[in-house]
Amino acid sequence: MRVATIAVHTFKESVRQKVLYNLVAFALLLIGASVLFGSISVGVEQIILITLGLTSISAFGLLIAIFIGIDLVSKEIEHRTIYNILSKPVTRMEFILGKYLGLLLTLLVNTAIMTAGFYAALFYQKRSLGLRDLVFLGAVYFILLQLAIVVGVAVVFSCISTPVLSAVYTFCIYVIGNFSAGLRAFGQGTQSALLGTVSDALYYTLPNFADFNVISQVAHSQSIPGYLWIGNSCYALLYITILLGLAILIFEEREFR
Amino acid sequence: MLALETIELTKNYRLGFWRNRVKRALDRLNLRVEAGEVFGLLGPNGAGKTTTLKLLFRLIFPTSGTARILGKPLDDLSVRSRVAYLPENPAFYDHLTAQEFLIYVTSLFGLPAAEQRRRPAELIDQLGLSSSRNIPLRKFSKGMIQRLGIAQALINDPDVVFLDEPMSGLDPIGRREVREVILRLKERRKTVFFSTHILSDAETLCDRVAVLNHGGLQGCGELNNILRMGVSSTELVLEGPSPEVMTELVPHVSSVIRTGERVRLEIPEESDVQRALEIILRGRTKLISVNPVKRSLEDYFLQKVGATE
Repeated sequence: MRVATIAVHTFKESVRQKVLYNLVAFALLLIGASVLFGSISVGVEQIILITLGLTSISAFGLLIAIFIGIDLVSKEIEHRTIYNILSKPVTRMEFILGKYLGLLLTLLVNTAIMTAGFYAALFYQKRSLGLRDLVFLGAVYFILLQLAIVVGVAVVFSCISTPVLSAVYTFCIYVIGNFSAGLRAFGQGTQSALLGTVSDALYYTLPNFADFNVISQVAHSQSIPGYLWIGNSCYALLYITILLGLAILIFEEREFR
Repeated sequence: MLALETIELTKNYRLGFWRNRVKRALDRLNLRVEAGEVFGLLGPNGAGKTTTLKLLFRLIFPTSGTARILGKPLDDLSVRSRVAYLPENPAFYDHLTAQEFLIYVTSLFGLPAAEQRRRPAELIDQLGLSSSRNIPLRKFSKGMIQRLGIAQALINDPDVVFLDEPMSGLDPIGRREVREVILRLKERRKTVFFSTHILSDAETLCDRVAVLNHGGLQGCGELNNILRMGVSSTELVLEGPSPEVMTELVPHVSSVIRTGERVRLEIPEESDVQRALEIILRGRTKLISVNPVKRSLEDYFLQKVGATE
């Protein structure tokens, strides 16, 4: 119950932030503009719209996740509002979970708005929407799973670092997560055993987002394999659990001088 | 029952780049606060008052020692439903109004829905914030923030209230309002534990006080006993005494202060007071007042703090 209270409060606080509206507005603008970009190349209008539209949702969702995620805990500590909350019958675990779920709710709502804009642009271009267009929701779902992991990373860093450093680290981990397979291949391809070990360690510990990016597939009218639905969902759930567990462990020991 | 008990409560901070320097912020604090009393924790800046309060609410963790609130250990979350904390210079969510913030706080206690609506409205009225209930907190003055802080501290009708420098930064009207809140809590037999360096407030409100300095407890006792420790002198105020009367009085007094027609005399020895009164009456001098000059809490505080400087 207290987790839900904190989550709702976090959501209400997040949606009052002006940066959120700017980001969503830019995303919708870009999605709308992708209709124009598509008209430049005949025959690939839809592919361009879908690719650009879904990539915009992913990119702006990432910015929202980072900008709001890094402040989730650190802002409460810096402004000392956390004293009022932790002096109530609220455990530190409930606080972290509430904060995380609140931001997740914010991301869900904003992604829904951007997805609605995407479908509006698609309808404008195609003049009709069918059941086959529901496949794009799958891509959005995987984007959301990715963002849920990114928020978890942001929450961990928010517990231990300043907002600027948290943003940098979170972004770096997101980038590494999208190129981790290449990183591992690079490490294994070198002569150095150390480099190979390090790249392997990074591959297995840092989040691996390779399988979450199905934008290209759905843009080319390919369906999403069934194993990806289950695999990505379980992976995200496991990773988020580990991240939140880590955040809670760190936060339990944190002192507020 | 004891509202609060600390046993050898100690807090060290590790300082320096390599965290190899140790600063002892609180040194083996032993305190017992009875239920229903108003207890003042006094001390200069940096004495360890805020450290003590933060330890009690596990915002920081003790290096050693323990504490119990209402007989329960500090990590027992159930006790938080019966206590309240107002930090020094409290900060709240700027974007919320007073009503919204108090409703949020109420919901953290899991109170019934009807209480979640009634209690904030009641406290807003009690603390004189009625006209500001729907104004965002970023527009609140210092005094209003402090009153809101007290409102959020009282939202669950706590048995024990911990206040860290509750008068800090308030004007005289604000300080009187906070004093009245504390007195009302006392009438309702609530325990109030507050830290302050404003001794006049402690002297007005407290049943018992403790003095901290450099993290160590310098003294603790009932206020009445502390103030009763020696009537240091007696003050007599006369109007228009004749030179002959003054000549007779001078050997018995330690100071003479003239303000227009009035003369203030300080007689250090209790045994000389009677003799002085006989002289005054024989000389038909107008006696305005006779007052014992009691030891003040400030004297006690300076004695205790000065001993460790």
